[in-house]
Parts: sequence; structure tokens; C-alpha cells
Amino acid sequence: MGKALFYNCQNGAWISAWGFLCAGLLSMSSTFATEPDIQLRDTCPPSFSLSDDNRCSLRHMYQLYDSLQDSGIGGLKTALPKARDGFSPQQIDLGRLLFFDPILSADNSLSCATCHNPKQGFSDAMDRSVGINGHVQNRSAPTLWNSAFLSSFFWDARAQSLEEQALGPLFSANEMGNTPEQLVASLNSAVVYKRLFKLAFPNQKTALSVNNVITSLTAFQSSLVSLNSRYDQYAHGYHQALNDNEIAGLNVFRSFVARCSQCHTPPLFTNQQVAVIGTPEPEGLARDVGAEKTFNSKVLRGGFKVPTLRNIAQTAPYMHSGRFKTLREAAEFYTGGRGHAVPKGEDLLLHWHISEPNLTSNEIDQLVDFMKTLSDESFTPATPKQAPSGLPFKHMENAHEKT
Amino acid sequence: MKKLNSLAIGLALITFAAGWYLGGSNDALTITSSAGGKSYAGGYVNEQATEAASSRAVKLRTTEGKTHVVNPGDLIQAAVELAVPGDTIQVMPGTYSETVYIDKDDIHLRGVIVEGERATLDGLKTLNDAILYSGNNIIIENFKIIDYKGNGIMSQAGNNFEIRNNLIIDTGIYGIFPQLGKNGLIEHNVVSGIADAAIYVGMSDNIHVAYNEVFDSVAGIEIENSRHAIVEHNHTHHNTGGILAFITPGLPVKDTYDVIIRNNFIMDNNTPNFGAPGSTVAGIPAGTGILIMAADDVVVEGNIISNNKTAGILITDHGNADNLTLDPESDPNADGAMILDNVMLNNGYDTIDAVRAFALTELHTGDIDIFQIGPTEGSCIINRHRYKTVGIGDFTDCDFTNTDDIDNYLLAGGAQPRVIHPSERGEIAYLGVCTGCHAYAGRLIGPSVEEIQALYANRPEALVQYINAPTPMRADYPEMPAQNYLDAETQLAVANYILQVGN
Repeated sequence: MGKALFYNCQNGAWISAWGFLCAGLLSMSSTFATEPDIQLRDTCPPSFSLSDDNRCSLRHMYQLYDSLQDSGIGGLKTALPKARDGFSPQQIDLGRLLFFDPILSADNSLSCATCHNPKQGFSDAMDRSVGINGHVQNRSAPTLWNSAFLSSFFWDARAQSLEEQALGPLFSANEMGNTPEQLVASLNSAVVYKRLFKLAFPNQKTALSVNNVITSLTAFQSSLVSLNSRYDQYAHGYHQALNDNEIAGLNVFRSFVARCSQCHTPPLFTNQQVAVIGTPEPEGLARDVGAEKTFNSKVLRGGFKVPTLRNIAQTAPYMHSGRFKTLREAAEFYTGGRGHAVPKGEDLLLHWHISEPNLTSNEIDQLVDFMKTLSDESFTPATPKQAPSGLPFKHMENAHEKT
Repeated sequence: MKKLNSLAIGLALITFAAGWYLGGSNDALTITSSAGGKSYAGGYVNEQATEAASSRAVKLRTTEGKTHVVNPGDLIQAAVELAVPGDTIQVMPGTYSETVYIDKDDIHLRGVIVEGERATLDGLKTLNDAILYSGNNIIIENFKIIDYKGNGIMSQAGNNFEIRNNLIIDTGIYGIFPQLGKNGLIEHNVVSGIADAAIYVGMSDNIHVAYNEVFDSVAGIEIENSRHAIVEHNHTHHNTGGILAFITPGLPVKDTYDVIIRNNFIMDNNTPNFGAPGSTVAGIPAGTGILIMAADDVVVEGNIISNNKTAGILITDHGNADNLTLDPESDPNADGAMILDNVMLNNGYDTIDAVRAFALTELHTGDIDIFQIGPTEGSCIINRHRYKTVGIGDFTDCDFTNTDDIDNYLLAGGAQPRVIHPSERGEIAYLGVCTGCHAYAGRLIGPSVEEIQALYANRPEALVQYINAPTPMRADYPEMPAQNYLDAETQLAVANYILQVGN
């Protein structure tokens, strides 16, 4: 608990739960001459309850509580927003296999995990992610932890569901560069997938479809739950879980001087709204208009969705274009003065909570200490030993040093 | 809310038609008596209506816990850490410089006043907040709070609270700020010198703000993105704006409705706006008695509103307000404003240009008691002839004259916590925590549930003992971390659950 644990076939864990035959897989080469013996698990991931009709529903400690107007925001003992769940174990597991399989990109050079690497907080440790053919993206890859609780997606809040979100990178020419036709064709050519889609979508005539790829990816992402951090232990009433410095940080975090918790509101540590905070762009890069485009509204120019801070210590660098290398730099931004990083001639309607808190250096350290208590990777799913397509993984070489 | 509006509109149409039929403008003015008459029905159906309406938000204790006495030189926080739910903390007169945070339920934090001397929390202009809490059934009373940079008293998610008889002077952004809570009473506080709102109720339900004096602040009393609130018998004077009910767009709770502002003294709120640039209140024109912005179903009754230079009552939509963000999920219009009898004297005598310019479009010059701008539906007024008004041509005559039927919106018996059956609690803890390491069959990280069931059959207490202080039992397994952070109830529930769960 509380420690990042990654288990795979080699050390023995997960075998029974995930239904893999590790010995067989370990001897495989990167392309399969015969169909590999890959099964889909028939049990739910940790934190899910399996119903009689083969659906996984989420159970977590915050279900002991209520929230005002079912808003899913509040303080310590407050309910979370309603989560996406109800997928079958097979759909979730197929989603996991697809998530790590480079077959999803046009040239087999990237998988979802390339930019959302479980070893890097389901992000990629880069300021801006790199897509197909070396295309540098405009923004950084957000974490996928707890995305089951979100109501809008992408930094600019342009998608309203995980399904809508998944279509974006898959078929963007600059990201995975695929087309629906090619995606279906290449999955069909990897013999094993036909059987796996049939297992996950048994009642459908054409189980292998773009829709079902999207559903499976959604199912997998909705299983990425992180709610057992040391902060959570404190929230449930065990105050010894945090040391004095971390509690001091919590008090700075929710104080009305720093006001962090007004937007990064517990228990999800985001209020899921769009905020214009005026962070600087990396040098030489034009202002990212953000949500101005989504909502066709000048007042949201430079506005971005408030990101969750859960597992934030795992996802440096920070902000929409990764301008800040460390958590401390990101926290310091807020005490630099309202609009201090907005270039002359740039007209931004800054959020009302962007103020002049004049935090001390010690308080910033305490904030950082507190944010580090929001880490929990205990339910990290196992990386498949081998991609069903037989292709080599494309998320290992991207393991940059953490900053 | 919608139903209420359409009802008001329907009845108003009938009244209008009858008036038209009965005659011309030479008749005597129709004077509506607010004595007797029909009462506003209120916008809240109390599910616990079988119990009498409460004048308290925190239930009286049937048994008192321990009383912890704090003397000067001690830390109040040390007593909070010792306290368990049901306890009271008494703070003796003297000066205390600390941030007190209460992350527990059912704690009463009381200053003791001895011959006028109070327990004083002094932030020395360096500390952030005086009192923070996140818990239910909290009482905070009798303190003097001075010179903090953030808030005097702030909560984030606490149901059933009472904040009473505190003297809060120059404490930064908000004097008293409950947020994201339900069922709260804020009374008999004296709050002054606050750079945003002296009393700010944010994203909350069922709130009663009464008998407070608030002055020398930017906003006196603010009801923001909240529902079922009554603001009564307060004295708000020498602020920039006296009493505000509004929607701030861009917050996760999207509306404000069912607010009653009655029997307050709202006077001389002409203090130049010293709100922080960019703050929502920075846009309030000095000289605003009552501001209703985008809030729905706000009743204004029985107030004495005098000497507010911009307007006695200013009603606006978001479209006519500056510096607001866009929020497609918030309704920008102030619908269902209901103005009953108020005493209004000498308001709007030196108003702002924007108000003056709009008044001119109605050929109105001179003082303004009531100013309304922007689309509005279902708004009404009685005895409109008494006031100097702009923009209320669409207001109908209210079909009620008072709010006598509504004492308060507090919940008799309090807001109840979620009822969790022990088996549900056990399942939640098992799946939400244990399944990261334990599968039903076969080893995951720790041993299987089947093995655990064999070891501890019919001995849940022994299992509780083990998870509290695990000792290594298998050489080739990682050591289990203690699960002592779960409370005793949850530990027993999860032990029972694990011992009977199948696959």
C-alpha cells in the first residue's frame, strides 16, 4: 500500500487474476506464427464488484459519504462524483491489451501507453508529447488516473466522454495517425483479436469494430482508480497518516490565502471547471488559446480544465505545455502575482482566485510535501507480457528521467 | 422553482386583466396590506417536516463528552487533537496565535468570555486562517479573531454547523465562510474590515444568517451559488454592498435560488470598493444596498434600506455585469425576484453612469430605490408606487404579501449522514482497499482470501487484531502494511465481510 508496485508475470503476481500463461508468453517472439494463447480475465480489477450479469461496479471508501447536491466536491469526508463503470471484466481486459498495443497507431510506432505510461503516472514525463512521425504536440499528456470520475476531457474540455476522447488521438494525423478502416483491418489481421473481441462482445455479430475498440479503451481507463493515498487515510479519519509538515501543507492548500482547494477541490482534487490562470508558454511558443476555441468565447482565452492533483508527483513536468519542471516551480507560479507571466498585449480574463498570496518559501515547500501525499499507485494494472499483435511495445524507450 | 414561477405568472395575468377591466388611471392607488394576507410558500419542502422547525442547526447533545480547557500559553490545536466527537473545547480569555483546524465531527469550540474579555485569535498579519474545519456538527462561538490574512472561520464540507457570537476584525478575505455544507446557522457575529465578504455563504444549502452586524467590508453578507437561505435581522452598514444574492459562473455548483432577505437594516453602504482586482466583488458599485445577480426566487421583505447611493436594490443578469467568465451551465438571468414591503429612504442619489444611462432610457432621473436590468421572468412586487424604480415594468403584482409561514430553512434533526449497512461498509472497504493485494483465489501480492478465511474462520476479532498490527507470517511474502487507519467500525465490518465473501 502507498508504494508504487508493478507486478508482471515474471515475479509471479497477477497471474491468476489476469489469466495469463506467462511461461508460454515469455518464449514468444515479437510476431506470432500461430495464435498466442491469450485469454481475457473473467474477474474484475481491484476495487470493482462483479455482478450476476457480468458487470464490474466500482466500490471505494468515499461511497461512505454524501456531497452537497451530489456535486462530488467538498472536503475530507465527501462523496466523489459518480464514476463510469458497468463494463464486463473481458471488456476491461481487452481494453488493457489494446491500450499497450502499438497496432493502434498507423505505423505501429505508438500505443496509448507511449504517452500514458503507467510507470510515469499514465503520462509521459515530457513537456509536450510526441506523436506519429515525431510530431510534437501542443500540449502535455494528462494523467489517466481517476478519469472515470471526470465529466469533460482534454485540456480544453472539448470532449464530454471517455469514448469521445479516445477518438481524438486515435484518428488525429499528428498523434496516432490511424483511420477507422485501417484500424479495423489491422486488428483483423492480427488473428488473436478476432477471438478476443468475440469474448468481450459475445452478443454482437461484428464484434471487432471501432466502436468496440473505443468501448474497451473506455472500460480499461475507467478501471484506473487511485484513492488510497496517505491523504485518503487522513481524510477517512486517521490523522497520523500525515506528518506535521504535510498537515501544515494541507492547511496552506485549503487556506484562503493560497486558495488551492477552491479549484483543486477534494476529494478528486479538481472541481472540473475551466480556469484561466495565465501560465507562461514555453519560450518561442505562441499562446495556446485553450478553451476559447471549445466554447468560442474570448473570456475563456487561455483557459484550461483544472487537472486533478492525485498522483501529481508522478506526472512532471506541469501545466498544459509542461512549462514547469517541478511541483515546486508549479506551486511557486501562484505566488508570483496575478498575471505576472501574461505577456504585454495579451488580454486574459484571469480567474478570480488568481491573487497575490505572497506565500513564504516554507509554505511552498509544505504545499509540495502535501501534494506528494496524494500519490497512490496500488491498483496499477499489469502491463501485458506481450502485445496480442506480436508487435514490440512502444512505451519502454520513452521512460525519461523524472524531474 | 419553475413551478413557482409559472404559478406567479399565471396569477399575475389574472390580476392584470382584472385591473384593466376595472378602470383607468384616475382611480385610487391599490394599496396592498402586508398584514394578514397570503404568505410566500417557500421554495423548500422539508422532508423532515414531521418534526417542528428548529431554531438550531446542531442537535442538542444527549450526553456531553469531555470538556477540554485551554489556557493562555496552551495551543488550542493541542486540545483539538485530544478531543473526540462529543467533546467540548473551552478556550479561556487571552491571546492565541495559531491556525486551528478541526477535521473531526461533533466538536464544540467555545471561547469563554469573562467580564467582556474574550479568547482572542491573533493572526499577527502573518498567519493564513484562524479556524478551518471539515466535519459535521461543529459549533464555533464567542471568539475574537483579528489580523489573519485569509479567513476568520472557514469550512469546506461540514453539515450542521453554528457559528455564533464571534467578533471578527480585519481578517483578510472572508470573515465567516462556510462552503459546500448543508444546514448551518450564522448568528450574532460582529464582522468588520473584510476585503471581500464579511459573511460569505458559498455553495451551501439550508442556511440561516441572522442578527449579525457587518460593516466596513466590501460585501456585507453574500449568498453565492446556494439554495434555501434566509438572511434576516442583520445590520449591514458602511460596506460597499450590503447584502448580495448571486451566481458566480464557473463554479461547480451552478445555481442560487430560494433566498429570503428580510427585516434587515441596510444602510450607508457607500464605502469605496477595496476588493482585490479580479475578485467577483470588485465589480460591486459602492452604494449598493441589495444586489441580486442571476439568482432566482429571491424575496426582499421588511428591510429598512437607506442611504445607499447607487441603488437600494440592484437586480441584474450576468450579461450586464463585468468581468464574469462564461459558464453555459449557469442560467444568467435573475428570475423570480419578489419585492414585498420595505422601507426605502434616500437611495440611488449619486448612482453610477451605467445605471443613470439606463434610467434615462425610461426617462427616469433622480434617486433610485429599485433598479432592474436584463431579462427577468416571474418577478413581482407589491405597492410599487412607494418606490423610485427603474426597469421593473415586467414585474407583476405578487399574489402574496409576506413570508410569515416560513420561520427558517434549517432542517429539524439536522442533515443526516449516509446510512451505511455494516455489510455494505465491509464490501466497500474490502473492494476499495484490500483487493489491491488480495484476490479471492490464488496469490496476488498477499495470500488469497480463501487462505485467510481458513485461518480466521469465525474469528473476525482476531483478524481485526492482525490487520491493525500485522506481523510477518510467510517468509516469501512482502510485509503487510498496517490497516490501522481504518476506524474500528470499518475494520470489524471488513473482517466480517472477508470471512464470508465468495469468489
